[in-house]
Parts: sequence; structure tokens; C-alpha cells
Amino acid sequence: MTPPKDQSTGPTRRALLEGSTAMTLLLASPATSFAQVSARAPAAAEAAPRMPVTLTVNRQDHALDLDPRTTLLDALREHIGMTGSKKGCDHGQCGACTVLVNGRRINSCLSLAVMHEGDEITTVEGLAQGDSLHPVQAAFITHDGFQCGYCTPGQICSAVGMLSEVRAGWPSHVGDVTADRVSLTDAEISERMSGNICRCSAYPNIVAAIRDASERV
Amino acid sequence: MKPFTYERAKSIGDAVAAVAAKPGAKFISGGTNLLDLMKLEVETPSHLVDISRLPLNRIEDMPDGGVRIGAQVSNSVLAGDPRIRRKYPVLSQALLAGASGQLRNKASTGGNLLQRTRCYYFYDRTMPCNKREPGSGCSALEGFNRIHAVLGTSDACIAAHPSDMAVAMTALDARIEIVGPSGTTRVIPISELHRLPGKTPQIDNSLANGEMIVAVVLPPPPAGKQVYRKVRDRASYAFALVSVAAIVDSAAGRIRDARIAMGGIAPKPWRLNETEQMLQAALASDRTFSQAADAAMTNARGFGQNDFKMPLAIRTLRVTLGMLSNQT
Repeated sequence: MTPPKDQSTGPTRRALLEGSTAMTLLLASPATSFAQVSARAPAAAEAAPRMPVTLTVNRQDHALDLDPRTTLLDALREHIGMTGSKKGCDHGQCGACTVLVNGRRINSCLSLAVMHEGDEITTVEGLAQGDSLHPVQAAFITHDGFQCGYCTPGQICSAVGMLSEVRAGWPSHVGDVTADRVSLTDAEISERMSGNICRCSAYPNIVAAIRDASERV
Repeated sequence: MKPFTYERAKSIGDAVAAVAAKPGAKFISGGTNLLDLMKLEVETPSHLVDISRLPLNRIEDMPDGGVRIGAQVSNSVLAGDPRIRRKYPVLSQALLAGASGQLRNKASTGGNLLQRTRCYYFYDRTMPCNKREPGSGCSALEGFNRIHAVLGTSDACIAAHPSDMAVAMTALDARIEIVGPSGTTRVIPISELHRLPGKTPQIDNSLANGEMIVAVVLPPPPAGKQVYRKVRDRASYAFALVSVAAIVDSAAGRIRDARIAMGGIAPKPWRLNETEQMLQAALASDRTFSQAADAAMTNARGFGQNDFKMPLAIRTLRVTLGMLSNQT
């Protein structure tokens, strides 16, 4: 088992606040956070007993031995080697780490890996059927729903989860909570995708891709 | 993150006993707030008891027409439940106005109630904060305090409570079911769950060590129209600057009954008892709503950057009351 490179560090709000105004907190962007990741040295290693945990990722079991501090995101990236899920802010603010757990989208950076034994975890690597892309993946290419691409795996996993929430009839902030059916307008897509930040601001094409894919999934 | 040990609780009894037995132990459910704070070492539990798989994830109809919401029901499931949407739309609206789709899928009902303030200085370990480190001082009093409270504050702390859900539940007179380490259950009104900072801002709520929220019980929906109105810096995915959960029953131009709670302006969901009394049997007019809204802010005090919250709260309250009684 490869030892975790760095489980205890990450961008901190404290670091973000240093040398800037407190308002930065609300606007913490993935780009700001990356700078802090590289700028901070790992914290001193402290003993933490490891725990055996089996994660089921894209229908395949992975037996791991983890420090309980390991987030689901770090388990995927650093221990299983699936780097499709991205680390942006590491604080649940940017959505780059979005994966599906039992079909529902979550921020994998804000969840402990040891809490997910027995769950069905789906990452961006598990969406395609062989060489055939998932309709949401294909639509992101057709509509050029990205620029740098860093937020894209999270956007795509989030969109897949979001469309299943729409099919289940879940309401949103911009709709009428008493309505039985959801009409997936662009305003609905934007609201429902607000947990995924794109710092290239490819939003118009992301919305177009999701609108298109919503008719195919 | 500080090291900790972890266990998955097999029963409610196991869970409360495990936390009560170990100093420094905490419950974890969705973890969206706790893990965030642990990464910053604002929270440093030595042991985590995972209660997310306990059988507390049902929404049950009560014989009196109310509902009982298990503490492990996720925010998104609660917001989407057809009974909640039909009978308690203010609660669905409040939940959907908070956080993001991903966070709502993970955040639990009990955890939402117990989430901690988003005061910048509480998160910033290089700065004094009486809530994080009692006795160190409050940096917000004369610092960046745009998001802070204007009611219920103390010289020790002016942090605001961040929850939208709890504001709606406060207007709905929710009751909180709590199980203690000895296995006994007690029920308190939501108004007695969160506490004001006073001289001990480090204590957010009235739960004793080892006590766990197992359910939130809503009485039958009160008569009248319900709405949650939230004012924030962005259209989505931002905490409230000011929010109002209101239920107004009116007929023939008169208000029969009003229940109002506000968020973003106080250290706890802020029920407007006196304003509600003023509205009782009053004419449903803009004059009435203006007077009631002004009265709600009589004791408010700003700290500079958050002074705008007082007029904003008054206007938000006035327009919300007008909307609910068709007298805009």
C-alpha cells in the first residue's frame, strides 16, 4: 500500500485570510487554493492508527488500509490512483471533487473514506460504457463545456446526479416547491449546478451541454 | 487535521454511550461542517462516532397531523418530501435556499441544527475568538463584521447562526427529540436548543455531553400562507445576510395569526414574538407591516459594517408580510 502523501494539510481559510481581507473567505476560488496547497509544507506527522476499509468504486472493490483522516477524495486519488476526481478548494466550496455515492452527488473532499464502506461510489472514470461516453460527457464535448477542464469531472458527475434529482421530482430554490414536475429551464440548471464553480467561466456552454444531455439520459 | 479514532455506531444507545465515555469524542453524520472545521483544526475531536447509518432516516406522519423527521434525514430528501412540500413549504424553501445540491445530499437534519457559525474569525486560528478560544477576545467587534449579528449579541461574541432550515423550523414551533447517555429521551422546543453567547459563546446549544438529536417533530401546519425569503450576496450558494420565515393567516383584510422567525441577524434563529403579538387581529396594511417590522429591530445594534442589516431586515420583513397577506 502506498502511504498517503499528505493527508493532514490543505488550503486553510487561515492561510487565505493572511495578507488579504476577510472577504476573501467568501470568494475563495480553486485557483487561490492551489497556490496555498503548494505553499504549505506538510504538517508534522502524528500517529493515527490505520483502519481496514473496502471501497466499491465503479463496481470494483478496493481493500485499503487508511488513516481515518483520509477523505474519500484522497482515498480515490492517492490510494486507488483514480485521479479523475479533482481537488480544488478541499472545503466543499468548488465542487471539483464531486462524485456519486449510491447515485447521489456529494463533495468527496468533505467526507471520510472510512464512512463509505458498503456504498456504491461512481467517479467520472465510471460513467462511460466502454468506449461509449455517458450522454453528459458527450454533450460537454459537443457544446465545448469547458476551457481548462479542471472542474469538468466534477461538473459532469454533478450534472449526472442533478438530472437524476430532476427525474425524482426534487424541487429547487428557483421553482415552486409545491409543483409536481420540474421544468428544466436554464435558471433551474444554473441554480441546481451552483455548487460547481468554473473559474474559466464556461457557464453558458456548461448550461447548454446539460440542457442537451437532459433530453438523452 | 489532528489524528482521531473512528467507530461506526450500531445503535443509538451505543452512539451516546461511546461519546459520553470518551473525552474529546464527537458524533459525525454528514460531516460537511465538522470535517471542514477539522481540516482547519478549529475542531479537534480525538474520537468520531459515526451515526450516519443509524435508523433515523424516516419522515413519519404523526397522529395529530404533524410529522416526525429523523435526525439522519438528509437536507435534500427533507426538502423534496411531498408531505413537507405540501404542508410545510416554508421548510422546503428554506432548505433549498441553503448550501449546494452536493452539500444538501450529505448534510443531515440534526447536523444542520448543530452547524457552527461562519464568522471569519472563528475559522481563523491566528485571530482571537471567544467562541473558539474562550477569553481570547472577539476580533469581529471592531473587525470585518459585515455578516455578523445585530440582535442577541454580547461583548464576547457577535457571530450569527448560519442555518436556513432552523429558521423555518423555529417559525413552525418545532420540537427537538434528544437522547442522553443513559438512554432517556427528552423533548425541548427549538427555541431552547440554541443559546445566546452571553459570557460563554463557546457553548452553542443546550445539549449535554453525549446527548444526541434523534428527531425533529413538527406540529400540524398552522393555518395561513408560508414563505421563506432570503437575502444574500449571490443568487445561490451563499449564507443569508437577512432571511425571514413567515406564516401569516389573514382574512377580510385582517391578520388572524402570524408566526415569524428571522435568520442572519442573531446568534440563534430569531423568533419575533412581540411582532407577532402586534400583528394579531391588526389590519393587513402596509402601515401595520411597517410598524411591526420597525418594532422587530427596536433592540438591534450594529457594529459598523453590518449596520445595513437593520434597514434590510425591516424592508425584507415588511415586503414578506405584505406578500403573504396580499397587501403589497
